[in-house]
Order: sequence, then structure tokens, then C-alpha cells
Amino acid sequence: MKYVDEFRDAALAQGIARAIAAEARPGRRYNFMEFCGGHTHAISRYGVADLLPENVRMIHGPGCPVCVLPIGRIDQAIQLALRHGAILCTYADTLRVPASGGLSLMRARARGGDIRMVYAVSDALAIARAHPHKEVVFFAIGFETTTPPTAVAIRQACAEGLANFSVLCCHVLTPPAIMSILESPEVRTLGSVPLDGFIGPAHVSTVIGSRPYEFFAEEYRKPVVIAGFEPLDVMQAILMLVRQVNAGVARVENEFTRAVTREGNTKAQALVAEVFELRRSFEWRGLGEVPYSALKIRTAYAAFDAERRFDLHYTPAPDNKACECGAILRGVKRPLDCKLFGTACAPETPMGACMVSSEGACAAHYTYGRHKDIEVVA
Amino acid sequence: MSRVVKTGHARPLDLRHGRVELAHGGGGRAMLQLIHELFARHLGNDYLAQGNDGALLPSASGRLVISTDSHVVSPLFFPGGDIGSLAVYGTVNDVAVMGAEPRYLTAGFILEEGFPLADLDRIVASMAEAATRAGVMPVAGDTKVVKQGKGDGVFITTTGVGILPEGLTLSGDRARPGDAVLLSGTIGDHGMAIMSQREHLAFDAPILSDTAPLNGLTAALLATGAELRLMRDPTRGGLAATLNEIAHQSGVGIHLDEAAIPVKPEVEAACELLGLDPLHIANEGKLVAICAAHDAERLLAAMRAHPLGREAALVGRVVEDARHFVQMQTRFGGRRMVDWLAGEQLPRIC
Repeated sequence: MKYVDEFRDAALAQGIARAIAAEARPGRRYNFMEFCGGHTHAISRYGVADLLPENVRMIHGPGCPVCVLPIGRIDQAIQLALRHGAILCTYADTLRVPASGGLSLMRARARGGDIRMVYAVSDALAIARAHPHKEVVFFAIGFETTTPPTAVAIRQACAEGLANFSVLCCHVLTPPAIMSILESPEVRTLGSVPLDGFIGPAHVSTVIGSRPYEFFAEEYRKPVVIAGFEPLDVMQAILMLVRQVNAGVARVENEFTRAVTREGNTKAQALVAEVFELRRSFEWRGLGEVPYSALKIRTAYAAFDAERRFDLHYTPAPDNKACECGAILRGVKRPLDCKLFGTACAPETPMGACMVSSEGACAAHYTYGRHKDIEVVA
Repeated sequence: MSRVVKTGHARPLDLRHGRVELAHGGGGRAMLQLIHELFARHLGNDYLAQGNDGALLPSASGRLVISTDSHVVSPLFFPGGDIGSLAVYGTVNDVAVMGAEPRYLTAGFILEEGFPLADLDRIVASMAEAATRAGVMPVAGDTKVVKQGKGDGVFITTTGVGILPEGLTLSGDRARPGDAVLLSGTIGDHGMAIMSQREHLAFDAPILSDTAPLNGLTAALLATGAELRLMRDPTRGGLAATLNEIAHQSGVGIHLDEAAIPVKPEVEAACELLGLDPLHIANEGKLVAICAAHDAERLLAAMRAHPLGREAALVGRVVEDARHFVQMQTRFGGRRMVDWLAGEQLPRIC
């Protein structure tokens, strides 16, 4: 495939692998977190970890929009469909996330909720136009990459006077999540999560640019390398991180120059700023309440805000007690450390959100990496 | 079949503008007219003409293989095929990969009130053409009509009967460590033909479904006399699901080489765009054969000599593995599991 195969070339990968092996110092361990689920997926799908020396370890980060969505938000979406009779439109992955009372959006659909899978928010707009007498709500999730399209849809609905369309806004922000990890006791004081650097997001950075990460490099002395989602991008970023660690520096470097600039997409940023404003606080699965880490719809567009329109109130709901998604999302535990992994919790019957999305650490390990686990003899 | 059946109906069916009505499934004269003027006109043969509650077939030497399959594909017409040809080939292929020679077919139609008769006519004509190409005879059928909104145009269930020669047993539990895994051609064509149609993905050349009858190819493979363990056609769930089923049935592991698996560039591009894995995408004209390693080259040559197997490849090996995992050496140089597809990725694909 043109323009893609170049970034999956095995010979080039071997070359970078040799460089990493040569430059990673034998007496040292290198622990890097890939923030994004997109990177987690690429690492697992292409077998990138097999090309790394034993002392270079990747820690999966919380950058999976479905995974970090807390149960309480799914409950709100289910409420919209079942209690308010709205047509709820959402991305496919969200359908299977477990919610309260043994429900999920998929199960709510089986109970009569009109819940539809869409590929883009524009599909939800089309549904709203086609059903003028029904309330149509788009369940908006995702990081900075998916936020601009939602902003465009709200503006479009406003311009068209589409009175039956609204958005349940659960858009979250990357930098506060990174900050939350860096400020967590496991990283700051306990040292149980050794972190030597980050692979920075690919698509998110095309929107926000590389500048927001400079703070982490300066303030927390952690190198950040922004990388694309292709496996060679990831390999190259790991090599760049090893070099920074060896040199004792902490800078923001951009491996993904073909798409990311320092300032990002200022037009998209302006659009988002026009429609959304910061929430004072937002609950993340795994990270808990994180201040100023999510967006809500501005008063000027209040008519399109499902929370206001249906007078929804947020009620936090606890995860399954045995589920380790929270610790896994913070990098404190690995999927195999969870008692539910591969037994009660599998892709067909997810207990936790990390098993739902293909970008989740548990689903990625279950789907692509189980062959590495040592068979437990019962 | 050009015999005109005298139905005694005042006016013939309007095959240009007419639509399916509830009466067409009601058991009365309207149903008879639909059968005579539409179904029998395309599919008619002496067995169907018996006109009894069941078809009386001659006895045959050999064991019987029977398979049944329901078809609910959406859209009904797609590049490279339609629900009619799919309903014939889907069942013919299930019988053929058992090593049997498909002979007879039955078809059950669930029609939705209001469905255009012109479309039904096209679909049944396509079934007739497919049956002729596959060398099977439609011997029994059924038609039901459901109210508008209770179906989606047309659903077709077909059952196929084939004859398996004595002494030949192909079965999913016969793969042994050391065996070779052969694939008859590119994967993902059918599923992506349908997905690209649904998602309005435009390519320079449209992706065509690979819908085709495999009984010619299976006969050619059996004729080599090679030590074939089993054959499967990787439909829903794709190559990944088929190989996982075999690994579990046989109690073995399978190692694949990603670089050896043929995928059309346009299929790969469409998968990339939609975030899908070609290994999970349905095929309707491909087969997987597992054979003793020493016969791999001979079978591969026989596959490549057949029009439906030109791009055949040796894609992997059967290994010992108590966990029954399917693993793959990636083109990138790493190794990963190839798991069953989780959940419903591509609904209504066949």
C-alpha cells in the first residue's frame, strides 16, 4: 500500500532495532509509556515488543477514550435511550462498555433502547434530520482528535436550526491526564511506576501541536517524543527516547513531523474554543477526578447540550471490585496482574473497559500477546 | 429451461413494476402464480416439476453430505455478486470443502411485502445461473411473505446435498503438527466489497466480491491423490476464525507467515481506512487446505492450475501447542496472536 508500507518495512525495523539494542545500556532499565491506545495497538499488532531488548519496556498509558470513560457516563447515555426515549448515536466501541446494573449500551438496545452505531458525528446529524419528531443525542467521546468534528456538528445543527439534536459531551484532554500520571504517588513518591519518558500522541498532537508537552519536559524532566501510529514511527521514537535518557536530557522531540507542528491546527483549536469550555473537574476511569481535564458545551450552545436539555446529573458508579482497569490505566499493573483477565473478563464478555476497545491494554494483550504468557499448570 | 407453464391466470405477473404482496405467500392462486411465472421460469427442472410436498430423488452410491446456510446480506446486490448467487455458492462450498460432489439444492425464501418483483426476478435468475455454473440442481423450495417492515427485502436459506466417495474423510480434527496450511487466493475480497459499498468508499477499480463455486477447485485437489487432511472455506470471521476453529478441533497450534498471505492492495487500503484486519474479513470463494507437508507443493501446483486458485500460497504450518493458539510472524518482524474476532464487526455480510 502506497504511503503506508514505507512505515512498516521489516528491514528498516531491523536496523532501528539494532540501533536500540546497541545504544540501550546493559546496566540500565528503560521504562517508557506510550500514552495513546493507538500506539498500544500498533505495538501489539505488529509485534514491536519482540524487536526491543529485554531492558527496554513499554508501559501502556491511559490514552484510550473508551477505556477512561467512567461507568457513570455510560449510565447517563443509557438513561437517555431508555428513560427519555432518545435515539442515542455513538461509536461502536462504546456499545460494549459495562455499565451499572449489568447493562451496557448493547444490552440497553436489546431492552428496546434505540441505540445506533455511527462512524462519524455527521451520521448522527443525518439521523436527526431524518427523524424530526425524535430526540437524537450524539454520545461524544474521545480526546482532542474527535473534538473538532463534534464542534463542527454542533455549529451545523445550530445553523440549520436542528432542534431535536443534542450532544452528551464526554470529550477529554490529553495534557491533564499526563499531568495526573506524573503527579500520581506511584510515579512521584513511591516509585512503583518507573517512568523514563513518554511517546506522545500522534493524532491528538496534529490538533494541539507539540507545544503543550514542553511543560512536562521542563517541569518533570521527562523526555517526550511525539510519534505517528505506524510501527516504524514507534521504533524510531523509542530510539530517540533512549538517546535522550542516555544524554541525560528531557526535551520534546517530534518524530511525526509529517503531520505535527509546534502550534498544531489553530483553526481546529479556535473551533473547539468557540463551542466548548473547560469543565472544572471530570471523572476518569483509573485516574479518578482530574481537574480541568474535560470539555463541556458553552452556554451559547446550551440548546445542544444533552446534560442541560434532559437535566442529567452525574452519579459516580464504582467499577467491579476485582477489576484492575484503574491500576492498568495508570501503568501500575499489567493486564496479567488482574485476576479477571482471560477468565471472567475476555473480549466477548468484558468486565472492565480496558478489555472493550481494541486500543485498551487488556484487549490488545488478549488479542495479540497471550502467546507470551507462561501457561499456568492447574 | 424454456418450457412455459400454463397457469391459467388472467394477467401475468408484472415483473417490471409489480411488488411482492402478502398473498404471494398465502398458499392461494397468487402464490402459485409467483412460483410458476418467476421461480419455475428460472429454476425449473423435472424434480421441481414433480409438484409434491417433497422431491423424490434417485438413490446414489456414496455417503451424503448435507449443509444449510441462511443468507441475509445487505445490500442485496453488490459488486461481483448478489444474494442469489451467494445463496447458491455459500452452500455449495460448504458441501464441496467436505470433499463431496454437490448435487442438489433446496431454497427457502422469506420475502418482505412490497419488495420489487423485478429485483426478485434478477435474484432468482442469478441463482439459476449460479446453480448451472456449480452443477447443482434446485429440487425443492419454499416461499413465505412477511409484512412490510418485518423483513429486509429478501432472506434466502439454502440446503445442499452432496455425495462423498467412500474412503474419503476430511475433518477439522485431522490437522497434525508439521502439516502445511494452504490458502487458495487473496483474502477479504467479499467482506470489503460489501463494506466499501455500504460506506461509499470509491476506488479506481471497485473491490469485487470473490463469490464463486469451489467444487471445481476441490475436485481438482482431490484428484491429485495428495494426503489432504481437511478443507474449509473461510467465510464469516475470515481466515482467523477458520484457523482458530481448526486449531481447537485438532488440538494443535498454527503458525502463519503474514508476508505469504495474499491480500489485494485495494482490500488492504479499505481495511486500513476502516480499521479492520483482512484476517477477520469474510470470503466467499476461497478455501484453506491442510495437508501433509510432503504434499504441499503438489497441491499448491494443482491450486494454481485452477482459475480460482491462481494466487494460492503456502501460508503457514501446523505446530504442537497445548493452548491451540494461532500465531503469526508479522511482516514487520515481530510475532503476534491471531485471535477470533470479538463481537460483531461486520453485520449482514452474507
